[in-house]
Amino acid sequence: MSTFMTYAPAFPEILLAIAAMLFLMVGAFNDDNEKTGAFVGWLSIAAMVAAGALIIMQPADTKTLFNDAFVVDQFARFMKLLILGGAAVAMLLSFDYLTNKGLMKFEYPILMLLSCVGMMMMVSAGDLIALYMGLELQSLSLYVMAAMKRDNVRSSESGLKYFVLGALSSGMLLYGASLVYGFTGSTEFSVIANVAQQGSAAENIGLIVGLVFMLVGLAFKISAVPFHMWTPDVYQGAPTPVTAFFAAAPKMAAMGLMMRVLGGAFPGLEPQWQQIIWFVAIGSMLLGAFAAIGQNNIKRLMAYSSIGHVGFALVGLAAGTPEGAQGVLVYLAIYLVMTLGTFACILAMQRGDDMIEEIDQLAGLAQNNLPMAFALAMLMFSLAGIPPLAGFWAKVYVFWPAIQAGLYPLAIIGVIASVIGAYYYLRIVKIMFFDEPQEKFVPISVNLGVVMVAATIFIFAFALPQLGGPIVEAAGAAAKSLRL
Amino acid sequence: MNVESAPILSIITFLPLLGAAFIAFLPRNAGGDRNARHTALYTTLFTFAISLIIWINFDPRTADFQFVEEMAWIGPFNYKMGVDGISMLFVILTTFLMPLCILASWESVQHRVKEYMIAFLVLETLMIGVFCALDLMLFYLFFEAGLIPMFLIIGVWGGKRRVYASFKFFLYTLLGSVLMLLAMFTMIAVAGTADIPTLMQIGPTKFSADLQWWLWLAFFASFAVKMPMWPVHTWLPDAHVEAPTAGSVILAGILLKMGGYGFLRFSLPMFPVASMELANVVFVLSVVAVIYTSLVALAQEDIKKLIAYSSVAHMGFVTMGIFTFNQQGIDGAIFQMLSHGLVSAALFLCVGIVYDRMHTREIAAYGGLADRMPIYAVVFMIFTMANVGLPGTSGFVGEFLTLLGAFKANTWVALLATTGVILSAGYALYLYRRVVFGALEKASLKAIPDMNAREIAIMAPLVILTILFGFYPAFLLDVMAVSVKQLVTNFEAALAQSTALATQ
Repeated sequence: MSTFMTYAPAFPEILLAIAAMLFLMVGAFNDDNEKTGAFVGWLSIAAMVAAGALIIMQPADTKTLFNDAFVVDQFARFMKLLILGGAAVAMLLSFDYLTNKGLMKFEYPILMLLSCVGMMMMVSAGDLIALYMGLELQSLSLYVMAAMKRDNVRSSESGLKYFVLGALSSGMLLYGASLVYGFTGSTEFSVIANVAQQGSAAENIGLIVGLVFMLVGLAFKISAVPFHMWTPDVYQGAPTPVTAFFAAAPKMAAMGLMMRVLGGAFPGLEPQWQQIIWFVAIGSMLLGAFAAIGQNNIKRLMAYSSIGHVGFALVGLAAGTPEGAQGVLVYLAIYLVMTLGTFACILAMQRGDDMIEEIDQLAGLAQNNLPMAFALAMLMFSLAGIPPLAGFWAKVYVFWPAIQAGLYPLAIIGVIASVIGAYYYLRIVKIMFFDEPQEKFVPISVNLGVVMVAATIFIFAFALPQLGGPIVEAAGAAAKSLRL
Repeated sequence: MNVESAPILSIITFLPLLGAAFIAFLPRNAGGDRNARHTALYTTLFTFAISLIIWINFDPRTADFQFVEEMAWIGPFNYKMGVDGISMLFVILTTFLMPLCILASWESVQHRVKEYMIAFLVLETLMIGVFCALDLMLFYLFFEAGLIPMFLIIGVWGGKRRVYASFKFFLYTLLGSVLMLLAMFTMIAVAGTADIPTLMQIGPTKFSADLQWWLWLAFFASFAVKMPMWPVHTWLPDAHVEAPTAGSVILAGILLKMGGYGFLRFSLPMFPVASMELANVVFVLSVVAVIYTSLVALAQEDIKKLIAYSSVAHMGFVTMGIFTFNQQGIDGAIFQMLSHGLVSAALFLCVGIVYDRMHTREIAAYGGLADRMPIYAVVFMIFTMANVGLPGTSGFVGEFLTLLGAFKANTWVALLATTGVILSAGYALYLYRRVVFGALEKASLKAIPDMNAREIAIMAPLVILTILFGFYPAFLLDVMAVSVKQLVTNFEAALAQSTALATQ
């Protein structure tokens, strides 16, 4: 029994892995139809909720397993809750679309579960090998999901693109990891950190080269400039609920992994990686702001928007302080809700059996369906960072540490980028509120409606101390367990 | 209930929001629209009534913040509200103008009435909040959030170029404000507090002269756009022209005042050294604004645009008055803002009255209205005179005091600014002549009806107050006197201290 309980910190992952295999059996031994698919879908949501409950019940301490390869601390718990929340809501958003398109297969929720296990391993990684295992488990599931709609050229293209570029980035990451191993003699983060802290930057030059390669691989995963090119195509090509999932959970996991690697393995090289983050943050913010202006496909627009938001989140990381890390976590939590709410609206853009993705088709939505127009408008204002909505607070919590750390140019470029970015969010509001109405969309399904309402309430209520306070505190506690 | 202990500022701030929430649940039909109008009117009237309690209970003998409420909020920020002699009057101005705005939209807004009323009530909450907030983040939140309802008001219910105007308004002001946000973070990082009264005390000593420069410029970016000062005023004529009547009233009456209020609340008390050093910049920009925009106003063909440019010119007097750093100048600036809040609001309402009848704002489309609309001619005359600054109207007091203050600070500035008074007489009377006097020749104007009871009810309080404040300015000046005096004293003390430090 006691041996069994030593694995308690890993129970959530174990639960999900077992659940995935069990549900595979459920799917395999039932008729291959939509009913089975939906059933497995709900089962997987239940499994994610159960895993989330297990995480919440864990004591707030730091535990390591498997020779320090698996770390469970407050940071890992916070990120895992975000990942599970994002995945569960993305699954909830999937039912109507998949049923509609005849894609409601039981493999879909199972792939999602497996990728969740991978993502949770990523944020808990304490070792380069554990990191890579988690990353690949996640990525392989995602490649398949992107190409789910296999008869559709765009979907296949997006899957292939994602796979090829993802493989390239994994290769870079592995190459970097091998250099790091070669120069430190260990794959363990704590040993790497010790080596990195000793000796000057000149002595650690090989290690720094390895770090750069690893950061390149990670920047691919979080779709930061200049490694963002795959994002718009994949976002546009993948089935919309899969895009929602991509924008939510894997983004959290990749950011979490980046913080874990930088905080866990390379705190000694902070001046070196800070420069890189600084550059990547500026590039992402500016590209996200400018490139989205010309988009007419809302999924593509959200892809550029996500690039911009990654840039904003990285501003907090560039500060390299616990407050900065806290800011990143708050940002991620708020961005998760905003992006899921927005995708709920995008999934509700449907006429007959056709999904609508053109922004122009939102024209006059405020007169056809005011609640949805209001929700989407508020989400847009929130993404633009207008107070009192949650997106504003997200920006406060990353820019404030940046100012405290004296990163004035970064902060100024950042806020200017956010003003430029406000333009395309406003454009959507303008189309919905100022233009003449078009044909109505089909009535909103319950699942989408629930997510929309919840997201809208969240972005308003975040300014209340009862909601924003605990989230900020939890993020602060999580950031403390990183060694930034 | 004891008035002293009730959170009265929060009540008046959030009462309109409650009204908006109620309207949101009304049905979407003619009855719902009617109820929406009435709910909005009663909510704003009730808010105004409660805000008068503040004035009655306000103690003008102290410069301290009164009716203070404080609560922990998120992280290092507090929910802190309070008013002093400077901000209290702006709160009353806001609550006073709102019912008039609702009444002015009674008939002219016929489509999407519910949303319109909700937008206005939400805007009222945010505007009152700006003047009551005593925490940097709370101030910023209210200051910036007002963009959302105003964007929708201009964009949904505005004129032909409403989309352009609403985007310009939004992005211009946002760009100014985000720099202020960064300055606020810096202040919190350096001084360790976001509490405005504390920062007013310790700001001048905590912030070095260099830092004050940067902070001052960042705040200036925001307030100068909001004010608006030349050369960043170009959003205002567009926004004014395209906004519906009530939207223009709110823009001119209250939103512009946030810039001036910001200078008085932040720039002067917190960054005195930088204010002193950069005062000449402000003087130059103010004088240019007064003269240049007055000349531009002379050339306008659109009534609303003319009044918009005249607003920019009048705000030039305000910035000039504020940066004289003496009691007359600042008293005058505040008085000018309050007076302009009444007069420009009334002028836009006057435009709205004829616009509702003729659906054009072209000056050339009017002429000889005095024949058919005698009451309107009188009302318009009073406000034209107040706009010119005729003694006996509130417009005179503000302009006179700011010029007096400016004369003390810099004679040349006063001299140049005074030419603005002459120019304002030029464009205002020229407008009046072309619209109201002359022969009634245009066929379309032959049957134009005079002001109805509703319109008279809107105008009557504005007429009374404009004349009352013109003859008895002490009514307002007494309220602000102690707070302004404290501001000036602290300012001078802080300057003396920094010069002493510099010479050591």
